Amino acid sequence: MRVRIKGARVLDPGNIDEKKDIIIHDHLIEAIVGPEKKEISTDTGIIDAGGLIVTPGLIDIHVHLREPGHEYKETIESGLLAAAGGGFTAVCSMPNTTPVNDNSQVTTFIINRAKKLGLSRVYPAGAITQGSLGDSLAEIYDMKQAGIVAVTDDGKPLENPNMMRRALEYCKGLNIPIFVHAEDLNLADGGSMNEGFFATFWGIKGIPNAAESAMVVRDIALSELTGARLHFCHISTGESVEAIRQAKKRGVNVTCETAPHYFTLTDADVKNYDTNFKMNPPLRSEQDRQAVIGGLMDGTIDLIASDHAPHSVVEKDVEFDMAAFGIVGLETSLSLSLKLVHDGFLTMEDLVRKMSKNPAKIIGINNDIKPGNIADLTIIDPDVSYKIDPASFKSRSKNSPFSGIQVKGRPFLTMVNGKVIYLNDKS
Amino acid sequence: MRFVKKDILDIESLEPHEISMILDTAQGMKEISERPVKKVPTLRGKTIVLFFQEPSTRTKLSFDIAAKRLSADSISLSKSSSSIVKGETLIDTARNLEAMNPDIIVLRHSSSGAAHLIAKRVNASVINAGDGIHAHPSQALLDMMSVREIKGEIKGLKIAIIGDIAHSRVARSDITGFSKMGAEVFICAPGTMIPMGIEKLGCTISPDIETCVKGADIIMMLRIQKERQDNILFPTEREYAQLFGLNTARLNLAKKDVIVMHPGPMNRGVEISSEIADAECSLILEQVTNGVALRMALFYLVAGGGRNAGSN
Repeated sequence: MRVRIKGARVLDPGNIDEKKDIIIHDHLIEAIVGPEKKEISTDTGIIDAGGLIVTPGLIDIHVHLREPGHEYKETIESGLLAAAGGGFTAVCSMPNTTPVNDNSQVTTFIINRAKKLGLSRVYPAGAITQGSLGDSLAEIYDMKQAGIVAVTDDGKPLENPNMMRRALEYCKGLNIPIFVHAEDLNLADGGSMNEGFFATFWGIKGIPNAAESAMVVRDIALSELTGARLHFCHISTGESVEAIRQAKKRGVNVTCETAPHYFTLTDADVKNYDTNFKMNPPLRSEQDRQAVIGGLMDGTIDLIASDHAPHSVVEKDVEFDMAAFGIVGLETSLSLSLKLVHDGFLTMEDLVRKMSKNPAKIIGINNDIKPGNIADLTIIDPDVSYKIDPASFKSRSKNSPFSGIQVKGRPFLTMVNGKVIYLNDKS
Repeated sequence: MRFVKKDILDIESLEPHEISMILDTAQGMKEISERPVKKVPTLRGKTIVLFFQEPSTRTKLSFDIAAKRLSADSISLSKSSSSIVKGETLIDTARNLEAMNPDIIVLRHSSSGAAHLIAKRVNASVINAGDGIHAHPSQALLDMMSVREIKGEIKGLKIAIIGDIAHSRVARSDITGFSKMGAEVFICAPGTMIPMGIEKLGCTISPDIETCVKGADIIMMLRIQKERQDNILFPTEREYAQLFGLNTARLNLAKKDVIVMHPGPMNRGVEISSEIADAECSLILEQVTNGVALRMALFYLVAGGGRNAGSN
């Protein structure tokens, strides 16, 4: 069976940016051809993608799928449906499940469950330490054999700097990146939103910028000490962006991500104790938001990941300081990020790098649009306007601060292994 | 003019004319407490739930007496007597209360925003009796009432607030309220107790207590919350008293007719010296007396009293 994606701009930065047709045969990209090229076989299915953009499959390397253990928030299935609906052909699942993904059995469970579904791909991240407790290393090699692509104790930092040093050294030998949740818990001191006027106004305990940047600076030093690869998750402050910018200039082996909410919202948007605006790190000041955009523009911030963190009303419909941190993001990430393109901060090419190519590079996969490669593709409809409605999310959880906002652009089609797993209406 | 607010959640959401209306009404209520028979039938048949998730003596008693003087039926609920100890969420507790048709719920809670949270879910009027470190509107209103009573008006006064601003819902509400009513508010505290951006609420941070109290019409001392301290915000009470305690020498820097206030409970010898606490310039007990009248006014107004003001 063949499929021909017709009339789209094929945009694979560094490889191709042309109006071409892509012919997919079974699970592979067979050819990239001009419109004049006749069909190879008569049973070719046609996807009319005129006016749209085909990119290598988008990859979100920071997703909480919650299964095993918290299936009432999200399952691997609902999470992957959300990923497909968000245009993502692959996600990295965070290990803070119950049990924690700190051993190959859990890794294998996640991978098998995902495979059976035939939706977006899952590349699990394993825990750095057993139980993510920060005390002793998990069996990282064994998990790597089972399929993890990174390790992280995400949700919390590795507080002990010596433990972090040893983890970096160990992982360097295994060529596996560490994803860092940079937070100094003593400085965060149990806060619930960004420290500043708005926290003071609402009487909510604040989390200072330094809770993040102090840890970023520490871990840059440890990366320099060990020469190991390190990737900072969800960067939210100007100070962190600057520290990483300088580290990169010195040639330190670090990369980083930010999430759409950090370049879309600020702590001024936290109103009336709406817990859908509570996440960790918290929404920062306007100055930080601008610095994050600046970091995306000059390449300091390598990629955009959603930190998709589903929570049910049980965790969210409570007092602000008692509420769980986190928001869902898979189904709004692309639309919110496209605003950076519409506003002229990034080119479409930049965006594809940040949502597809750079994430792929970090987890070590090749998703070039080239004949012979696996057909994991996303088709973006960049100009359609719509209002975000969490009720329409495929995710089991609806904890989004973006309800009701008007955005421009969304995924039109998500293809994994040559199979269409998500198809929207064409504008 | 009509009073149209369903809830009293914070000072921020009250307009100056609403604050004036509350203070005027409270002034009228004060006389009731001075009668031999301290009861009027105004809120007969109304049910008021006093839901205090956090310990409180003075505020709870004040609300309770206020309810009884207006002939409302008041029922107290504490954390240990509610289903919160059984794991019930605040919203579920509020919904259950709502099902019993109370007219007013008075809520004291350790989480900032708790009153906002339930106000959105219940038809009853919600009066915030203190939420976390956010707001304590009835306290700020009674402070304003006490000041206005003595000084005639709030506008143009210099108010010095000294103490743990960061952890004080009273401070936030007072700063907002007094500056809304046209006073100039100065604050002073160790750097560890001044929350980021507090100036934007309408106050100036003084470098030391002497500067802060100089020429002040009102000095408000905040309680040092011993129970919240683990010696990370200041080293000892002794040193705190040296730097930020109100003593006679400092008091003499203020205006001659200065008034000293304290929302209570006081730590004598720490933030305030005993002789000042008991001095004539101290308004501390008057604040407590006015608290009852002020809370009667709040009940009366949210129960619709102000809405029918023109009809009788």
